Amino acid sequence: MTIPTASPRKLRLPTPRNLGYSFGWTGRIGIAIIIFWAIVALVGNWLTPYPVGKIVDWDYFGGVSAEHWMGTDYLGRDIFSRVLMGARYTVGIALASVTLACTLGVILGMIAAVIGGWFDTLLSRLLDAFNGIPSLLFGLVVVAAVGSSIPVLVLTLAAIYMPGAYRFARALAVNINTMDFVTVARARGEGTPYMITVEIFPNILGPVLADFGLRFVFIVLVLSGLSFLGLGVQPPHADWGALVRENIEGLSLGAPAVIFPCIAIASLTISVNMFIDNLPTKIRDRAE
Amino acid sequence: MMTDTPLVSVRDLRIGAVTDSGRNVEIIRGVDFDIAPGEILALIGESGSGKTTIALSLMGHTRRGCAIEGGTIRVGEHDITGMTESQRAKLRGTEVSYVPQSAAAAFNPSKRIMDQVVETTRIHDLMPRAKAEERARGLFRALALPEPDTIGERYPHQVSGGQLQRLSAAMALIGDPKLVIFDEPTTALDVTTQIEVLRAFRRVMEEGGMAGVYVSHDLAVVAQIADRIVVLKNGEIQEHGTTKQILNAPEHPYTKELLAAFDPVPHVAVKDVEAETETPILEVRNLYAGYGPIKDGEPLAKVMSDVNFKLYRGRNLGVIGESGSGKSTLARAVAGILPAYRGEVLLDGRTLAPSLNQRSKQELRRAQIVFQLADTALNPAHSVGNIIARPLRFYKGLRGGAADKRVIELLDMVHLPPVLRHRLPSELSGGQKQRVNLARALAAEPELILCDEITSALDTVVAAAILELLKELQGELGLSYMFISHDLSTVEAICDDVLVMYKGEVVEALPAARMSQDATHAYSRLLISSVPQLDTGWLAGLEQDPELLAAFSDR
Repeated sequence: MTIPTASPRKLRLPTPRNLGYSFGWTGRIGIAIIIFWAIVALVGNWLTPYPVGKIVDWDYFGGVSAEHWMGTDYLGRDIFSRVLMGARYTVGIALASVTLACTLGVILGMIAAVIGGWFDTLLSRLLDAFNGIPSLLFGLVVVAAVGSSIPVLVLTLAAIYMPGAYRFARALAVNINTMDFVTVARARGEGTPYMITVEIFPNILGPVLADFGLRFVFIVLVLSGLSFLGLGVQPPHADWGALVRENIEGLSLGAPAVIFPCIAIASLTISVNMFIDNLPTKIRDRAE
Repeated sequence: MMTDTPLVSVRDLRIGAVTDSGRNVEIIRGVDFDIAPGEILALIGESGSGKTTIALSLMGHTRRGCAIEGGTIRVGEHDITGMTESQRAKLRGTEVSYVPQSAAAAFNPSKRIMDQVVETTRIHDLMPRAKAEERARGLFRALALPEPDTIGERYPHQVSGGQLQRLSAAMALIGDPKLVIFDEPTTALDVTTQIEVLRAFRRVMEEGGMAGVYVSHDLAVVAQIADRIVVLKNGEIQEHGTTKQILNAPEHPYTKELLAAFDPVPHVAVKDVEAETETPILEVRNLYAGYGPIKDGEPLAKVMSDVNFKLYRGRNLGVIGESGSGKSTLARAVAGILPAYRGEVLLDGRTLAPSLNQRSKQELRRAQIVFQLADTALNPAHSVGNIIARPLRFYKGLRGGAADKRVIELLDMVHLPPVLRHRLPSELSGGQKQRVNLARALAAEPELILCDEITSALDTVVAAAILELLKELQGELGLSYMFISHDLSTVEAICDDVLVMYKGEVVEALPAARMSQDATHAYSRLLISSVPQLDTGWLAGLEQDPELLAAFSDR
């Protein structure tokens, strides 16, 4: 044992580079916008200048002013407050559904790839059949039958997107499954849980994360679509899609009430895409 | 042929790359050489020595992320380094052309061969299509391809690997280049096929009077085709001389090492057989295996039939044959990865279940399998330490400090430093990966290791070191190896007995030491005579029975 000498401690900030990752600017901008909206979703409640359902202006489709930063809607409600509150529904519901859909889909996909045989065939055909149902139509039927509530929305959206996640993960896992290191593990006598968690999952993580991001965007769009049809979040609350729908008549007037929710949707979906296309990559060259 | 002005002259060539952490690395550090018209120069060295990088730079091409940073390359009257990319594109295919390592990957599987071979003439607008096809057929004939008039009408998957490699040479030669670059064109081929391809290359190069650059890591192959050899290591020239001088009177220690790795150290049996009295560690009786859906107890594609052998403790068995001979299937059937549909595998006198799912943990532990490609046999997501520790935990329940201590011991056993256990497989060299691969098998404390072509993907020097390690481990641990290879010299270097496989059957079984003299089966003889020798006149003097060759080359 040598006596540890007092090494000159340099202050190293945990930047991606110091942690051994390279992270492009596009990705950084993406994650910044995502974090911004996540914070808004969490604390938006306390930031709203006016209550969400309150009619604060006698004029409808009011323009941008010092009192109403994003104008007012078709009833004279403050759009800024409604967008802040809408973030909660859009980001929250979409995140919950996509997590559910991807977790379930990826686990089933990996199991199907490892076990193979009739289990794989049965599950794949079943989910293929399910995949064949148009997503919006399925959402319509379920919400019309059960009624709209947030858990129902989350489960419906998760059910719509799970087969896709399953297919994707299965395709990746089937490729990994043919690799020699999986054969070695199998020859060692390992069981299925070990195979999927240790041998396969770490190797499909990158594409699965990218798929997660894409599905998140799709879910935001379908949720907006459902809200647009009046089957999403119920009034007086509204997610961003619902905001666009209720104010669509303002489009001909160039009202900010319809433009700002659109910008919010676009900024979230685009930033998620920017981030997933530019995930931090590990710096392989460690010779320094 | 030789004239005063060389066709190609490369002066002080420097090629560098920028890594993802922004660091500059020099790949080629000041290389000079000339090539006279009609001369073939070989670039030889291990992987990572920069031989392919230099060869590609003669076309003005560098791989992604690399750039020519200094020096000059002149080909004919053209100064490659001073040209724009579009000017260089005009030279490619007409002045300089390229034959890649893997012809299978270089051909577009959805287009007919002829369309691809004459593509160069269309791109550079050299001659009308009919004339180009006529010329292509001439080249097919010169390259000794079967049915030269109609082979162009086929698709790439309808010809064999050796034929495809010759077709890719036809593709390179159609634009009548002055310089042809061969990038390890025979490395992926079987020995018997390699001979046909080498012969064909030599003939067309001699007839056409073209200069060539032949990139390879195999000195014996280079000896057959090159006039001069440049030995490279770490992007620098170690030695430069005529083929005769390099082979017979090498000066540089690295060249000597390369040549030494070529001479197999004869194998001395660790232990003699006391047959009859002893139970063999592995015995195989009438083993049949195949792939595909099983009908009436037999699979659709039967790959291997009626294999019998006994392997005694402390002895090694070699299995040789070409690709498709069923040798890897044998290893998989013994390991239970591919369950045999008939016959028995006995480990230490006890019958094993055909499928590994039905074998006990202890049975699995006692026979470990090591695969050819360490790149795919090690999970890229886990550190070396975790990879080696897993069998320890799985079979013995070792964890934490005890496992870590054992991992260090195992790494030491395969001559790797303990710090390596924190690295990922991608951060290791090919030889290091194969050592880790072995260490993982050793972690299970097996009695038998099935080695499936474990040295085939390695450079000569590295492969020799791995063989040395295997012998050393055998001495220490009393292991037995079943060694599968297509390379005769490897098998001779480590095995006591050899099985020769052809089309799924064992055609001959004999002691390795007497292999070259005693082999009687025609196929064994063909295989033995096809191994390239370190002798410039070997290929020219090689006489193989053409009928024999034809009989076994319907691949």
